[in-house]
Amino acid sequence: MKRRTLLKTAAGTMLAAGMATGLMAGSAFAQDTIKIGASAPKTGPLAGGAAVTYWPAVQLWVHDVNERGGIDVGGKKMKVELIEYDDKTSNEEAIKNYQRLATVDKVDFVIPPYGTGINLAVAPIIAKNGYPHIAVTAVADGLEEFVKRWPNTFWTLGTSQGMAQGIVDLLKKMKDDGTINNKLALVSVADAFGIEMSKTAKPAFEAAGFDIVYETSYPLTQQDFAPIISAAKNAGPDSFVAFSYPPDTFGLTQQATIADLPIKAYYTGVATAFPAFAQANGAAAEGVLGIGGVNADDPKIQDFIKRQKEVTGVEPDYWASPVQYASLQVLEQAITAAGSLDKQAVIKAIGDSTFDTIMGEWKFENNIITKFWTAGQWQGGHFKGVASTGLPGEVPIILKKGWK
Amino acid sequence: MMEILITGIVLGGTYALIAVGLTLQYGVARIMNLANGENLVFACFGAFWLWSTLAINPVLGVIFIAPVAFVLNWLIYVYALRPLVNRARNRGQLEVDSILATFGLMFIAQGVMLLGFGGGYYNYNFLSEPITILGANYGLNRIVALGAAAFIAAALYLFLNHTRYGTAIRAVAVDPTAAGLVAIDVPRASAFAFALGGALTAASGALLSTFYTFNASMGTLFTMKALIIVIMGGVGDVRGAVIAALLLGITETAVASLIDPGLTLAATYALFILVLLFRPQGIFGRHPA
Repeated sequence: MKRRTLLKTAAGTMLAAGMATGLMAGSAFAQDTIKIGASAPKTGPLAGGAAVTYWPAVQLWVHDVNERGGIDVGGKKMKVELIEYDDKTSNEEAIKNYQRLATVDKVDFVIPPYGTGINLAVAPIIAKNGYPHIAVTAVADGLEEFVKRWPNTFWTLGTSQGMAQGIVDLLKKMKDDGTINNKLALVSVADAFGIEMSKTAKPAFEAAGFDIVYETSYPLTQQDFAPIISAAKNAGPDSFVAFSYPPDTFGLTQQATIADLPIKAYYTGVATAFPAFAQANGAAAEGVLGIGGVNADDPKIQDFIKRQKEVTGVEPDYWASPVQYASLQVLEQAITAAGSLDKQAVIKAIGDSTFDTIMGEWKFENNIITKFWTAGQWQGGHFKGVASTGLPGEVPIILKKGWK
Repeated sequence: MMEILITGIVLGGTYALIAVGLTLQYGVARIMNLANGENLVFACFGAFWLWSTLAINPVLGVIFIAPVAFVLNWLIYVYALRPLVNRARNRGQLEVDSILATFGLMFIAQGVMLLGFGGGYYNYNFLSEPITILGANYGLNRIVALGAAAFIAAALYLFLNHTRYGTAIRAVAVDPTAAGLVAIDVPRASAFAFALGGALTAASGALLSTFYTFNASMGTLFTMKALIIVIMGGVGDVRGAVIAALLLGITETAVASLIDPGLTLAATYALFILVLLFRPQGIFGRHPA
């Protein structure tokens, strides 16, 4: 009896496993497909960000490629098979995932993870297995050094230096025009992103002649911002800059609305560019500045936003989502340019070629995309790019007028 | 100074809401429920769903959410946890088993929510308008939550101390074996306490969702807070939990306003350590007989 149950269970499990593989692989067989592995948070603190920015863009790209009949590899069309793993927002888990993708699943290429810290953590394991590493959601400094050490890494979203300088320049111009005074509140989350950004921004603000009247940082899991907003309010600045992560971006803004923070320039970090930000804050979102931005008038971007919504049901953000998609276009075009699945040849093609992406024409300079959006602003229900390092489509900035 | 105190009390009210359900579950049913936070987040999603699809406001939504949570928690207790209770030879073993079981439950609940709502952040606006108290603005939704916390805690206190069944539940909390000897249906009382705790946690979740940004994997944060408060307050003591929550709220706000917001976590745990050092049984807890 026992043995029969065991057999039954085993048979059932195998059937289920077979079905699961069948579902994943679609109708294609291994020889005709390119296996691509992705690992990013589906659970843990960064899952919320990845669910908006990472996974839908990846799914849309796989959908698009397969609908076109696949990627052209030396004249042969090959479909893409995607293998997804959850890294639980943990560096260790992410490293294991890429190791597994390389050795067990034997994927042809990998899509790098979501988040600055995790991207830096998995770079060695991706390099060791010879894959190209086209990082998107990673904003860091010292990339030139990093690229020398890991020449297979490519960086697309910008540097924290550039991002911080973007908002500093923007506010400096407003100050010089006399629309805001020189008092500034500077707040940051005590995590890699916030630390890197404020490390660069603080001296830059001071050099630009700003008086930092309130400065603080808060832990990653903070949900209550009343003390921070009321202290900032008491210090009486015209500008408020927070290098914040998704839940805190919402929390800070909600508290600023409740406290009716009298401010002329209000800037928050990651998630300001999320569609959910406008939904959650309604009219209070108008005039809020945030990290990122897109060329909102570009038909390619508009088409991307529309199609991602149709295909995945998730509205993309107005910053890294299109870049995530563009990074995969780079991979696709580099494979075609190389004419083979040889990883080394593809890495070379990424470094040498010029790419036609939804973000416009891309060419890596020493493995780094140097033209990127640094700040955007909610204007009339859209998050529009207001500052970049030389991209077309910047719109003029408006002053924050109240929270209603 | 007044502002710090009021902000602290409001925050403490929120924490009391988070913890009061777990007090019952751990104190009476003796289940250290690590899925407490998931229960709460579930209710957040429930309230969000009621609000966004049926336009039922979250405060009224509690009327739907709490009974559903009561039934679900009753079923969880009867089918998943009672076998552990029956098997356990002593309290220590039950604690270890229930921690492991609810740890698993936590992952199941997270997975279900992930499947249903995805990993994204959810947030909606309800009563997110300022109310002025003594010259400073506070979120109306937080004041409502504070009022609800006061109401729930008072009702629970009256129920436990001034009704027959409440007394029976307290008897189970003090000594299940002796309670059985005086003709109290211990398994039933435990199931009731567990379900009631779950319902209270869900009610809190519905109220918290009006001002917290939540996603499917956020439950652990709430569980951690609740655990600290329950242990600080003394296991199974509602008054203790409320006082511990207020203490925590005021301490965090004072530290954030006067010293640095980066030190709130440190302050929380420092307070926790102090209580453990000087009153290991909790603020109102008694030494085990």
